[in-house]
Amino acid sequence: MLPTSPAFKENAARALQEERLQKALARTKPQFHTKRAKAVAALPEFEQIRDIGRDIKNHTLQFLDHYLETWAENVERAGGHVHWCPTAEDARAAVLAICQRVGARIVTKGKSMISEEIALNDYLERHGITPVETDLGEYILQLRHEPPSHIIGPAFHLNREDWEESFRKSHTDLPPDRVFRERRDILTEARTKLRERFLAADVGITGANFLIAETGTSVIVTNEGNGDLTQTLPRVHIVLASIEKVVPTLEDATNMLRLLARSATGQDFSVYTTFSTGPRRPEDPDGPEEYHVILLDNGRSSMLGSPFQDMLRCIRCAACMNHCPVYNVVGGHAYGWVYPGPMGAVLTPTLIGIDQAGHLPNASTFCGRCESVCPVRIPLPRMMRHWREREFERHLTPSFARTNLRLWGFFARHPGLYRLATRAGAALLGWLGKRRGGRFTALPLAGAWTRGRDFPAPEGETFFARYQRLERSHAL
Amino acid sequence: MSRELILSSIRRHLRRGPLPPDHRLMLAARLAQHPRHLIPARSRLPRPEQIALFISQVEKEFGTVVRLSGLEDVPGAIAEYLAQHNLPTRLVAAPHPEITALPWGERPLLEVRFGRAEPSDQVSLQHGFAGIAETGTLMLPSGPERPTTINLLADTALVLLRASRVVGAYEEAWDLLRAERSGGNGPLMPRNVMLVTGPSRSADIEQTLELGAHGPRRLHVLLIDDDPAAKPDAG
Repeated sequence: MLPTSPAFKENAARALQEERLQKALARTKPQFHTKRAKAVAALPEFEQIRDIGRDIKNHTLQFLDHYLETWAENVERAGGHVHWCPTAEDARAAVLAICQRVGARIVTKGKSMISEEIALNDYLERHGITPVETDLGEYILQLRHEPPSHIIGPAFHLNREDWEESFRKSHTDLPPDRVFRERRDILTEARTKLRERFLAADVGITGANFLIAETGTSVIVTNEGNGDLTQTLPRVHIVLASIEKVVPTLEDATNMLRLLARSATGQDFSVYTTFSTGPRRPEDPDGPEEYHVILLDNGRSSMLGSPFQDMLRCIRCAACMNHCPVYNVVGGHAYGWVYPGPMGAVLTPTLIGIDQAGHLPNASTFCGRCESVCPVRIPLPRMMRHWREREFERHLTPSFARTNLRLWGFFARHPGLYRLATRAGAALLGWLGKRRGGRFTALPLAGAWTRGRDFPAPEGETFFARYQRLERSHAL
Repeated sequence: MSRELILSSIRRHLRRGPLPPDHRLMLAARLAQHPRHLIPARSRLPRPEQIALFISQVEKEFGTVVRLSGLEDVPGAIAEYLAQHNLPTRLVAAPHPEITALPWGERPLLEVRFGRAEPSDQVSLQHGFAGIAETGTLMLPSGPERPTTINLLADTALVLLRASRVVGAYEEAWDLLRAERSGGNGPLMPRNVMLVTGPSRSADIEQTLELGAHGPRRLHVLLIDDDPAAKPDAG
């Protein structure tokens, strides 16, 4: 997927005008909020479990090399294979090599953000292999050739009409005049179509929510059961996982799982939480004959020891974007790459470069809601600020913004001048305001703001001056 | 080669070399002890209430539960459930000794096949390893006696579970699994362990919940009251 992140401003402006998207956003936002709030309220220990989750992840990152080695040893003990992949290119090649070795033609896929990150589908198609997304949301996006707009509800931006239209267009073997009375009819058609694919697939590819060092296990979490069919029916199961997914033990994973569903969908627990360890055992009646894990770094190891290390705690629950005022008006596509919202604003620049993704950390009001709902307490606003500083240092910020920031910086460092200037400004605005009845209906440089509302005029005194005056009168 | 590339990049950025042996021993000890973290108070209940919590949580997630006084009642309860829902009387069952030994002969209309499930199967019967009251979750490890396909392919999934196997928290279910498997010299975990909470569902179409996405549409638990301390009238 070619990033359109450099065009964030244009993308966002377009998103604001898209009627269908705005309808979907209006429908989605309150749902995510209330569901999470309800699930959290029902678990009094939730805040402590967040602290523990943060500490488990910090501990693991501190000894990441050791835990990855232990995990890999245990995967191999259980008969699985680990493919260490420093780059996206390595990961794609490793997947292709397995598919080609077993002569795979159809590959079913559970939901995986790593797959999007390494643009696996395009690559497989170019090499004559048909990838089939089986998560309902990912499936329709594949039919429509669209990228996901949300990391857990990839197709939330589509309305029912879009589903019906795409199914009619793609499932041409079915009667064209069939009627979709309810949402259930859409679901049933997808279920039937995908069942055929599950049975025809030679290889199943899933992501991983966690890797467990103690047992050499990968964990996936779904509600549909598509991930389980993907990894159970074909001859070969390939897991796509990045290095920061590992936790030490089953008990550690359990603590993280108490956070994940509640933060993501507001469920107490997802329907299917599945722990996979190696291929089918000699006495097993079902399951894949081969089990491979593609372990991807792709720049993550260089986040260790940097101001962005905390980002590696992320468990991809999407609470930050669900609660972000910016995401909630522009949606996910505007961010222009795989990871949208606040977590994307921090992660995307590390993966594709600040020169490509510089707008994303700027697309924040710093209201702090993302940090307040993050199950592993990632200081997202602080890290977005780090990116802004780096962008400034590398002269990527536009010159108009630079000049103004520098000007402000000068005054901020000279408090006497700052007070003088603000006092003059406030007095001028107060004087002008009085002549206009206490309100401005238009202001230079703020036309977009005053188009929708009036700006109340200041009374002519700065806060600091009033504070000083009051302090003095109290002292008397 | 690429393994070393990743590991050395991790160490370089953490500003250290490979861990010294004493450090590695310390981390190995943490794995060996696998300490529990905070366990929510929700499931710390006297046995009868714990079972009641399990049942109410299964029902909250759109599953159903029937309590039976003994294993001998299972075939009858299944026949009744299938008739109620107008379902075929043919089912595929996990070849677990407790299931194969059920008095199937008393219900000659039920056609039972033992083994893994096939895509044509409409109804399946699994043997539950444990139930977790905290969220109404079933623990279903794979193995010769519990095929994974039984959990997934049929439209209607039935699960036989002994009340004595209902625990409070996930950690207690892990302990049961560790205890069962620690004797052997194979891997600690079976190939697959599924934690199942309710029937399959999706909210991908306009954020509206629909049951029966790719897995079962119905999940029905046959709960055997084999735990004298857990019976509803025990308190």
